[in-house]
Amino acid sequence: MRRVLALVLVLAGCGTTQPSTSGGEITVFAAASLTESFQQLGEEFEAANPGTKVSFNFAGSSALAQQLNQGAPADVFASAAPANMKQVTDTGTITATPTTFAKNTLQIAVPKGNPGKITGLADFAKGDLKIALCAEQVPCGAAAKKVFAAAKITPSPDTLEQDVKAVLTKVSLGEVDAALVYRTDVQAAGDKVEGEDFAEASSAVNDYPIAPLAKAPNAATAKAFVDYVLSEKGKKVLAAAGFTAP
Amino acid sequence: MTLHAELRVQRASFSLDIDLSIEPGEVVALLGPNGAGKTTALRALAGLVPSDSRIHHNESTWDGLPAEKRPIGVVFQDYLLFAHMSALDNVAFGLRARGTRKAEANAVALQWLDQVGLADFAHVKPRTLSGGQAQRVALARALATAPELLLLDEPLAALDASTRLRVRSELGRHLADYPGHTLLVTHDPLDAMVLADRLVILEHGRVVQEGSPRDVVRQPRTDYVANLVGLNFYRGVADGTEVRLDDGGTLTIAEPADGPVHVVFPPAAVSLYPEKPAGSPRNTWQAVVTGIEPHAHTTRVDLDGSPAVLADITTATVAELRLQPGHALWVSLKATEIHTYPR
Amino acid sequence: MRSRLPVVLVLPAVVGLAFLLVPLAGLLIKAPWATLPAQLFSQEVGQALQLSLICASLATIVCLVLGVPLAWLLARSDLPGRGVLRALVTVPLVLPPVVGGVALLLVLGRRGVVGQYLDQWFGISLPFTTAGVVLAEAFVAMPFLVISVEGALRAADPRFEEAAATLGASRWLTFRRVTLPSVMPGVVAGTVLCWARALGEFGATITFAGNFPGKTTTMPLAVYLALETDPDAAIVLSIVLLLVSVAVLAGLRDKWISGPS
Repeated sequence: MRRVLALVLVLAGCGTTQPSTSGGEITVFAAASLTESFQQLGEEFEAANPGTKVSFNFAGSSALAQQLNQGAPADVFASAAPANMKQVTDTGTITATPTTFAKNTLQIAVPKGNPGKITGLADFAKGDLKIALCAEQVPCGAAAKKVFAAAKITPSPDTLEQDVKAVLTKVSLGEVDAALVYRTDVQAAGDKVEGEDFAEASSAVNDYPIAPLAKAPNAATAKAFVDYVLSEKGKKVLAAAGFTAP
Repeated sequence: MTLHAELRVQRASFSLDIDLSIEPGEVVALLGPNGAGKTTALRALAGLVPSDSRIHHNESTWDGLPAEKRPIGVVFQDYLLFAHMSALDNVAFGLRARGTRKAEANAVALQWLDQVGLADFAHVKPRTLSGGQAQRVALARALATAPELLLLDEPLAALDASTRLRVRSELGRHLADYPGHTLLVTHDPLDAMVLADRLVILEHGRVVQEGSPRDVVRQPRTDYVANLVGLNFYRGVADGTEVRLDDGGTLTIAEPADGPVHVVFPPAAVSLYPEKPAGSPRNTWQAVVTGIEPHAHTTRVDLDGSPAVLADITTATVAELRLQPGHALWVSLKATEIHTYPR
Repeated sequence: MRSRLPVVLVLPAVVGLAFLLVPLAGLLIKAPWATLPAQLFSQEVGQALQLSLICASLATIVCLVLGVPLAWLLARSDLPGRGVLRALVTVPLVLPPVVGGVALLLVLGRRGVVGQYLDQWFGISLPFTTAGVVLAEAFVAMPFLVISVEGALRAADPRFEEAAATLGASRWLTFRRVTLPSVMPGVVAGTVLCWARALGEFGATITFAGNFPGKTTTMPLAVYLALETDPDAAIVLSIVLLLVSVAVLAGLRDKWISGPS
């Protein structure tokens, strides 16, 4: 309906200020941590480019990489880690050079009011506190491992969660006293979670690469979307979500 | 001690309201058409339906006691033997449930199985037993706990005709040995006549007649009972040797009577003629054949007239008269064959 | 032997069978057979497998102890609103397991409606413990048992219970000696379903009990996390879970559901 309507508008000569791209529908595979910011970017992109429609598949980056390698139809891949992007470029599913469009750093997440009185990374070694970390297999877990290694702290986690959202669920419900997640995730979690920056965070900065797929069904729009993410407007949305600029 | 029961059960479309007394050693048969409330009465005695019944026995009352607290034994229509237990375990179940030790319970159960002639089947599962054998196990199971009241719900209904004859006489023997009170629920008059000391006839949840089998057979009080015992049955008003029947017609009787009476005579006492027969003091009237069917060794003819009547005649007579529905015939009946008794 | 099977039934049956089995075959084909033994006997797999079997079995016991009486109540009592209760019991079936896990956290978590008192009064905290895994699995698996046992109870003739009552058996004795044996096939079927569901449980478990090797990492959790980095290992883990469950279920079936047919 929307596409038809847009087409009618274009035919009726209601020209837009932006140069019109080729239009059409694209599918973007994006890391789960990009959910809020990319949804907003998608809407802005559609508004700026009438006739386009952006659909998203948000999931863990490695799951997405696998789906893409198995031939899942998509136009753009935005990964939360260069490693997952590499899995896709290695198989030739993506041939373009990926561009880093955002960086993310870790933050200590605590339930509102900080009931565990967490003051820094050293508290993660305390056995009597409930601590949640991401599993090492997922990006936030790998980053956490790097941070603890750099800080020479042995954490005593009670659970190694399968993704960031699961960690935040436990923080927001007060089931754990502290967790290590990305700034963006703390930002997105709302009032029930508070974030604390810590000095050692700089030892694990996560790059977010983006690239269009080699066999993108809608290559022109895919490229346009990548450009939009890299544009000033894109940077603004990402910054609002807690990302830092590359 | 006599067992007294006032059984009251109220349901949406049905109410049961009967008084029963059963002497020790006595077998009372509850007889009645389907839906008369026989099984409901049995279930009320057993404590399996909610009711406002009062049951007294030996100075004690069973009112409000759940089934498991009543000293009863029940043989159900389809026996309800526990399929996963051996015959022995089935019979021992009641004793075990009442706290008897296993060894003792098994010994008693085996004795009972022996008594019903099934000692060799002690370790057999019920599904391999024949109908007759299952019935005997069910009886042994009901009697093993030495209950005060034995309740039999159509105990022979599930058996085929030939087995039934044998099992009925066996059941009669066991009931004769049983010192407690027995209530037999059946719709089969033969079972009732053979097994019971006293019949209680139930219709629409009420007792319509009770008495010894002999009395009931001779003097039925309702159409159902008359039909059951195979008699022509009328209500009328007697004046000397004349009885004016309520539904039309007049009969001449041999023994003078007065006032409202029941009138019965056996269908075999009725003769049929193509022409009006000569000679007195006979009752003769015209009637039309409405039905003919074989009945035991004779043929039963259903006739509509004043009064309507059933006649049992020989097959030879059927052939001779070339009987067909719609034929008009003369009915003849000796006054001495008619039996009357006050209403 | 002259009777032929009707095509209208056989064709969809074969398609159905293929639909169920082909994905399993895919797992077997893609399995890294060369590295399989090494992966199989790694400490990690052993630990996860052991934990899975123990938790699924404990959860099944919990389900039996609570679920069979519940099924009896639903099938036999004249409780008002039984229909609504019956529908409510099936809620965990339709609830996404992750939501079930969150619900459990809300009730039994450290800050939960009930959990906060468990924590304050007894110092018991269920999340992130093996007991939490058992609880989460039991929550998701119990409806399978209850539905199966309740169906069997409703199909069973209640007059046998009356017969037992007339023989002097209390309701409890009747239940144990008459009712339960007569619905045994239903109980076994329900137990098998319940155990299988508990063994494969992922969402509620990881949400409520978290994931920590040796404590709460069951096979499905290990499979999921392995999938993040090492799909081959995930396949191996899946095959192990598959083989063990098939072996156990086949064994149970032969032992318990071998009535005359």
